[in-house]
Amino acid sequence: MDSPKERLYNGIVKENPIFVLVLGICPTLAVTTSAMNGLGMGLSTTLVLALSNALISALRKMIPDRVRMPAFIVVVASFVTIVQFLIQGYLPSLYDSLGIYIPLIVVNCIILGRAESYASKNPVIPSLFDGLGMGLGFTLSLIFIGSVRELLGSGSIFGAQILPLADKAAGKAGYTPISIFVLAPGAFFILALLVVIMNIVREKQAAKGKPLAPVANSCLCNDEDALEDAVKSDNPNVKEAIDNLKEKQKEAEGK
Amino acid sequence: MKELAIIFIGSFIVNNVLLSQFLGLCSFLGVSKKTSTAVGMGGAVTFVITIASIVAGLLYRYILVPTGFEYLDTIVFILVIAALVQIVEMFLKKNAHALYSALGVYLPLITTNCAVLGVALKNVTNNYNILQGVIYGLGTGLGYFLAIVILAGIREKYKYNDYPKYFKGTAMTLITAGLMSIAFFGFSGMI
Repeated sequence: MDSPKERLYNGIVKENPIFVLVLGICPTLAVTTSAMNGLGMGLSTTLVLALSNALISALRKMIPDRVRMPAFIVVVASFVTIVQFLIQGYLPSLYDSLGIYIPLIVVNCIILGRAESYASKNPVIPSLFDGLGMGLGFTLSLIFIGSVRELLGSGSIFGAQILPLADKAAGKAGYTPISIFVLAPGAFFILALLVVIMNIVREKQAAKGKPLAPVANSCLCNDEDALEDAVKSDNPNVKEAIDNLKEKQKEAEGK
Repeated sequence: MKELAIIFIGSFIVNNVLLSQFLGLCSFLGVSKKTSTAVGMGGAVTFVITIASIVAGLLYRYILVPTGFEYLDTIVFILVIAALVQIVEMFLKKNAHALYSALGVYLPLITTNCAVLGVALKNVTNNYNILQGVIYGLGTGLGYFLAIVILAGIREKYKYNDYPKYFKGTAMTLITAGLMSIAFFGFSGMI
């Protein structure tokens, strides 16, 4: 059995969902306009992830294999609805700035991915900590990306002014915010740079003989090559999709 | 009529689902290697989003609201979309084989696409009626189609070019998407 401490380390460092596995890109790009939004989104996802992991793990012997995906989705969606109400009730300003991305936690690949690959096979306590670790890894990454974007885009972190702003009228020298970084294109650029840095780290670690965990494909949303790789992960859904793909291709070639 | 046109243009290009709202990015980055695949994926997403916004709109208006269960919208919508994708696939297989051979491969990939759930939920938060919801869904789907086909076209162009090896794959795709996103900013004054 995996110890809670090992699970936390695994989620935050070894298999960090964003930096290492590159999962859950949609919310990562959308809500990291500031460090505060990143923190809010990260913690809501952590809560959903830990609770749904624990419940799915507790129910794992009762859920028939064939309907497990819909069952997981119902569990996750229920927790998301609860979290949505909590945020709406107690943190209305955060609710306004995250908007539609709170209910969309349901389709975050990280959550279903962990339910499928860990919680449905392991006891409750490790699953709970697996969810916590993954969630904290996600939160820390979001805070990091949010801080970089906020710093470049408005010169502040968590709303506190770090770089003194230039003031032309008063003739004061200082930082001129690059506002594109808090807008949509900046999100793509920052994530691109992050992927490049991780590619370099990946190569360095592989040269040392300590390769990082491979980029995950559990989303069912990658291209054909990626789907082929995912077959090895033994996910029946992916397998089905690939069998379908191959059949279609054969049919198409036959014509 | 004017209002419908504004909803359509707004969701189609001004607030593009991929480039300014970041919904459905997984498939945008993953299935954009070849233009032919991108066209298939775009078509399938447009099709499913449009149908899903009709079904979700009807369910919300005529079942959830009268029974007072509006707060269950997330759970209901995600289950309905999952079931709907399956039904659409079966229906097309049996009755519209030409359409099925064009879109069928991509349908299983769409259940977890957050653009579909996103549109269903936005129709509710924006208080759209059924017709407005369908137009919004269609515009969003076509916006997805436009963006993914353009990205695939650009990726085919630079595929054989020489650029730093650490940028190969996802990083270069993200930079391309960022530049496209800047270009789409040009539309923001339209409505």
